[in-house]
Amino acid sequence: MRHLLGVRGLDRDDLVHLLDLTASFRAVNARPIPKVPALQGRTVATLFFEDSTRTRLSFETAAKRLSADTLSFSVGTSSVKKGESLRDTARTVEAMGVDAIVLRHSASGAPHRLAGWVDAAVVNAGDGWHEHPTQALLDAFTLRERFGTLDGLRVAIVGDIAHSRVARSNVWALHTLGAEVTLVAPRTLLPPDTSAWPVRVTDDLDDVLRSVDVVYLLRMQFERQGAPLVPSLAEYVERFGLTRERAERLGPSTVVMHPGPMNQGVEIAPEVADDPRCLVLDQVANGVSVRMAVLFRLLGAGPLQNAGGGGDV
Amino acid sequence: MIRGGEVIDRLGRRRVDLRIDDGRVVEVAPSIGPASGDAVVDARGSIVVPGLVDLQVHLREPGVGHVDSIETCVAAAAQGGVTALVAMPNTTPCIDTPELVHHVHERARAVGRCDVMSSAAMTVGRAGERASDIEALHAAGVRLFTDDGSAVMSSAVVREVMERVSVLRGAYVGQHAEDESLVVGGHLNDGEVAARLGIKGRPAVAEEIVVARDLMLAMLTGARYHVLHASCAGTLELVAAARARRVPVTIEVTPQHLSFTEQALASGDALYKMNPPLRTAADRQALRAGVADGSIDAIATDHAPHPDDRKAASLVDAAPGMTGLETSLAVAITELVVPGLAALETVIAAMCWRPARIAGLDRWGHGGPIAVGAPANLAVVDPAESWQVDPAGLATVSSNNPHRGRWLQGRVTHTFLRGRCTWSSRMP
Repeated sequence: MRHLLGVRGLDRDDLVHLLDLTASFRAVNARPIPKVPALQGRTVATLFFEDSTRTRLSFETAAKRLSADTLSFSVGTSSVKKGESLRDTARTVEAMGVDAIVLRHSASGAPHRLAGWVDAAVVNAGDGWHEHPTQALLDAFTLRERFGTLDGLRVAIVGDIAHSRVARSNVWALHTLGAEVTLVAPRTLLPPDTSAWPVRVTDDLDDVLRSVDVVYLLRMQFERQGAPLVPSLAEYVERFGLTRERAERLGPSTVVMHPGPMNQGVEIAPEVADDPRCLVLDQVANGVSVRMAVLFRLLGAGPLQNAGGGGDV
Repeated sequence: MIRGGEVIDRLGRRRVDLRIDDGRVVEVAPSIGPASGDAVVDARGSIVVPGLVDLQVHLREPGVGHVDSIETCVAAAAQGGVTALVAMPNTTPCIDTPELVHHVHERARAVGRCDVMSSAAMTVGRAGERASDIEALHAAGVRLFTDDGSAVMSSAVVREVMERVSVLRGAYVGQHAEDESLVVGGHLNDGEVAARLGIKGRPAVAEEIVVARDLMLAMLTGARYHVLHASCAGTLELVAAARARRVPVTIEVTPQHLSFTEQALASGDALYKMNPPLRTAADRQALRAGVADGSIDAIATDHAPHPDDRKAASLVDAAPGMTGLETSLAVAITELVVPGLAALETVIAAMCWRPARIAGLDRWGHGGPIAVGAPANLAVVDPAESWQVDPAGLATVSSNNPHRGRWLQGRVTHTFLRGRCTWSSRMP
């Protein structure tokens, strides 16, 4: 594996290996001094063309706990002419001698192009609506911790699928690891054609909630849609929100997940967010370990395998 | 002299030699002996056709930020066997005044190598709001009125333009048919690949809506209507229905829509990004069948050079468009004739006399037939020669030819514009 561009295209062994690595790094993070010299002398650059303090901090913390040096480039999208500048910026960064570039970009496929231009390992930290592989890995890790295995696990992903990179990565991660995935969304928030996806699609949340182990709620991304695709917030909550009433009907072992930040009162009721069955804080806590695993896998010592590679864009 | 070849034009197919003098064909006979001093093209095994006519080329002049120009585009045309082309008006500034039309015509005349007829924007500044000076532009030589690059969304404006065009000799309205409200922010076909890549799509229905509306307006006004770069099966059905109601409509398709589907974009390669986008295998199949049965009038390249840095970007950020002047006939032969989907004569017709008549370039002496007294606008084509497309060997400076690296069958070996050789693959 030279880059982590996406989850689609990774096989089960790739994913299990990354989750196993995550488990070892979580043990490191539980130590009084959570730092190992694994990537001493290596340099990791975070290149964010889109604001995301949480993801960036998580990657930088991961790099530092592996003893790598970090460089941080923040590019305000407004001041940048897209396209050309990505290549120029990447070359500038590479000229400084970095071993890995962690890229967040609003254009789907930007990390894949970047991987063709630079020698450094490229980690996709979210590209447009396309993929957010480390989010899917930390979600899978959180579920494996909770249930022991993802085989046969019934997962409902609820909300704005069309504009969600989290959904696109999670569909493939969950499916590859053996879970059964159902997408729950109004027709206007579904991609144009999901016939090639290994999922069931429905708009009946209440029906799905009767037999589900995991309810994965997506953030309603009003800022991404650019057009009103739901009649009203109230109607969305009524049909697709995990309200207190709906949560009460969930089985005792059913868990609730969310990639954050949550719109409390929209996709998730405040009471549900505070419920012990809600794993949001576990997800956040596992983020650093997952990103340590990814950076170690790409930059760590040992034979570098070119298995997988991260699918296409 | 061109000896040993087989002539194909709208009169049919026949084995004849041609003698050319002073820019014209002066003798056509089964066997002509060369006089001393004659330059002779040995066309044995080749076909000789009227110079090809391309209805849609982006010459990038006037313009900024392009590495290609009228010089490189007409050189590309000559390399592809093209002797006349229609230039698109979505330049910078856009071509919406007689002065700019004259400028393009004069530049092209000075460069030579290929006859250029400029189209003009049907609305001022291609803004879609106010009709341009249709009559003055017509007097300046414009026949095609189009805002290519985008559709005029106001039905009232299209209706006005069509009413004015309908009384002008040879004039026609062309539309880049995509309903803006349905495609804004989209970068590829709204289908399986767009869903997978998480990129907003441009649905086929956006094309069908504009074509359907325009056909209704063409029926109302009697204006001649031309569908630029049709991309989907639904458009062909709409055109067939309109023809049944005697609407004067013609339709063109690009070599790229005949060659590729949306799957070409699955790897995120912006080389295959264009508007309207490459669509499904079923759409490509319908377009191929449309050329084969003649219901599609013309194959036009939509030759759109972009500097490499405009294509070396993600699908979202890259510029839309591909080049194709040098390769269009070879692509058509490779995709349609070689697999037996269409007759060679049908393909030549769609790239020669049928487009010449649509654009009025037949009046400039293009599209044949090849007969004594006709201007010697000719292409010699070896339909069996295989060659590998290498951007370095193409006249276009930009390298966004989607067939680069491919082996194609069918090679234009010579092109003649009024008897002057504008391209020879046999020259070093």
